[in-house]
Amino acid sequence: MIELISQNPILAALVALVGLAILFGALLGFAAEKFKVEGDPIVEQIDELLPQTQCGQCGFPGCRPYAESIANGDEINKCPPGGQSTINAIASLLDVPAPELDAEHGEESEVKTVAYIREDECIGCTKCIQACPVDAILGAAKLMHTVIADECTGCDLCVEPCPVDCIDMLPVEETIADWRWSIPAQPGQPGQMIATDRRGELESQSTSGDAA
Amino acid sequence: MNKTWVTPGGVHPPENKLQSVTQGIGQLPIPETLVIPLSQHIGAAAIPCVEVGQSVLKGQVIAKPAGVVSIPMHAPTSGTVSAIEHRPIAHSSGMLAPCIEITSDGADTWIEHEGISDYEHISPTKLVEMVGNAGISGMGGAGFPSAVKLNPGRQRPIDTLIVNATECEPYITADDSAIRERAAEIVEGIKILSAILGHPHHIMIGIEDNKPEAIEALAPHVEGTGISVVVFPTKYPSGGEKQLIYILTSKELPSGKLPADIGMVCINIGTTYAIKRAIIDGEPLVSRVTTVTGDAVGIQRNYDTLIGTPVSHLLAHNEYNEQAGGRVVMGGPMMGFTLPSADVPIVKTTNCILAPSYAEIPDDEPAQPCIRCGMCAEACPASLLPQQLFWYAQAQDHERLEAHNLFDCIECGACSYVCPSNIPLVQYYRAAKGEIRHAQDEKVKADHARERFEFHKERIEQAEREKEEKRAARREAALKAKAAAAEKPADKSDSAPSSSAADIIAAAQARAAAKQVSPEDQQAKLERTIAAAEQRLIVAEQKLAEAIESNSDKQAVLSAAVENTRQKLQQSKTKLAELTA
Repeated sequence: MIELISQNPILAALVALVGLAILFGALLGFAAEKFKVEGDPIVEQIDELLPQTQCGQCGFPGCRPYAESIANGDEINKCPPGGQSTINAIASLLDVPAPELDAEHGEESEVKTVAYIREDECIGCTKCIQACPVDAILGAAKLMHTVIADECTGCDLCVEPCPVDCIDMLPVEETIADWRWSIPAQPGQPGQMIATDRRGELESQSTSGDAA
Repeated sequence: MNKTWVTPGGVHPPENKLQSVTQGIGQLPIPETLVIPLSQHIGAAAIPCVEVGQSVLKGQVIAKPAGVVSIPMHAPTSGTVSAIEHRPIAHSSGMLAPCIEITSDGADTWIEHEGISDYEHISPTKLVEMVGNAGISGMGGAGFPSAVKLNPGRQRPIDTLIVNATECEPYITADDSAIRERAAEIVEGIKILSAILGHPHHIMIGIEDNKPEAIEALAPHVEGTGISVVVFPTKYPSGGEKQLIYILTSKELPSGKLPADIGMVCINIGTTYAIKRAIIDGEPLVSRVTTVTGDAVGIQRNYDTLIGTPVSHLLAHNEYNEQAGGRVVMGGPMMGFTLPSADVPIVKTTNCILAPSYAEIPDDEPAQPCIRCGMCAEACPASLLPQQLFWYAQAQDHERLEAHNLFDCIECGACSYVCPSNIPLVQYYRAAKGEIRHAQDEKVKADHARERFEFHKERIEQAEREKEEKRAARREAALKAKAAAAEKPADKSDSAPSSSAADIIAAAQARAAAKQVSPEDQQAKLERTIAAAEQRLIVAEQKLAEAIESNSDKQAVLSAAVENTRQKLQQSKTKLAELTA
């Protein structure tokens, strides 16, 4: 065997290389079948970044269709509820420059809102129930309807169909539980208490290290 | 002597503790009104169970816990409930929160209460329940409900009980003075805790060496009890839970884990006193030791303060000089926060009210650019990289912040303290933490909305599909019927090609005969119809009579109806006569 190889080095090398090529080819082919990616992962990733209000302001029936459209090359600045932060996030995901929000589709609002039905005026027509993309309105024909505030995404879609205009979009009030610190813009704001007692330190420095 | 370990980082700020411990724990006159916030702890706010105008006794439950991680609230003194409404509370936001206001009657009458002395013979579950019912939450820092911490339904047995008497923050002496005066009761409380936790192997009281009097006071009470008082060098912040566990046991608490996960329970020493009062004396948590200190108050000392006492009441009784003081701080100078106003009440976690003079704590100097000196990294007790966190917090780079373990930051302020550029580092971390938590909440909400939207879409599609199927089935049925109708004559023409009009008539007659029911059945049916019609006629006539009497405008309609019914009855009767004839 060794003699055969040493006598035909070129042939032996050829056989070895062809063998390796077949082996790895088979391996790759197997892997391609075994670990096949189902669907388009980029759509999922874009969908994750969209705010899921399902408001349709982008012109698509929901966030996922818009995500699919972005994956196919649509503009990324059509989502007013997400605003600039969503545009920036998608831009960094897709590695494209982040454009300004397209004003044609609406403006970014500062405050979050939820729908509220003035229940005395509701006539029970179920039109808002049909319009709600997340099934957040409860009620039946000729009976009063109400919005489950926790489920409402604030998409405004129920306001337009209401024949008696009894739906208001109310801003979500901030409670102590959702309050959060803001990045200190200006030093010297009240409430910034941490580690400001330096008198002792200064004194101890002036009296050559006589610490408390 | 127990061996202790040294934590990384830390600072030595001026302690300023002596001025407030010389006089012992004082008592204040009962304030006219007390305001009890319904949420003084981590977890769900309590639900009020009293009404405005109701008179309450000291220690009476005024709000019930809502859920597992929640504690009840008790009336801190006897009096009348004068309001249940939103009030300013001690929170950096300055926002209002639901509170119960009690106007005291000055009598301070206790509700009937009874403790138990032989806690050794009572099941830990019952003891934990008593601790929960007494409204005890951690009195050192965050205010985690103690009953949840002690809950025996855990996977790992507890082998170490650590009692935190470190009190490392400057100015505060509440625990120090409590130990000096109440050492016996505190040790009793630790024994109860030990019984609850199934007598852990190690029970340690961790205390800094700047409290020699407290250490001395504890010594005679812990003798022979198996409780060891572990003294270690003073350094800020040794009192952080993770830091103290490391100092006493050299074990590091993994990120995102609780002490119970490594078989430990860490409890503040003030809480042990409250537990003793709850079990032995049956008294709920209605007061706590609070230090009033700072150069802007004339008297600096500790008080046994009722929960709900307004801060202004404390200040007024301690010769507060508003001109001298810039602000009133709840907590110490390192981790405390400036109160939005002095009208907020003392809560279960308030260990100190600090009213510093301008000279003592001047306003913040303007922040200078970071010079990357690295002093913050040296001072950080959690071994984080404060400088990097600062950059990423400014850039709001949440991913990198989390990668640099922002959430292991205990917000002790050591980095801000040493920063030569006066950068308010911790404020940046707090804000960044808030942003990240907010983003996480939003994400959860968005995922939920997506799920609902997808379900909604599927439901609509399914309804559409079902409708389509029905429509298809109907169409098919119609087609079949048509085909059958088309085939039948064709069949007949096949079988009887010489069919004539007479044949068709005969067939139709046969079909009609087949349809015809027997005369008896017909008769019975007609009789039923007549009976029903007669009944209807009677009712209609009655109605008509009524209408005529009341001169209603329905007369015409009713009389028509009566006529109609009568005709129908007549028809049926003639038919029956024909049939029987």
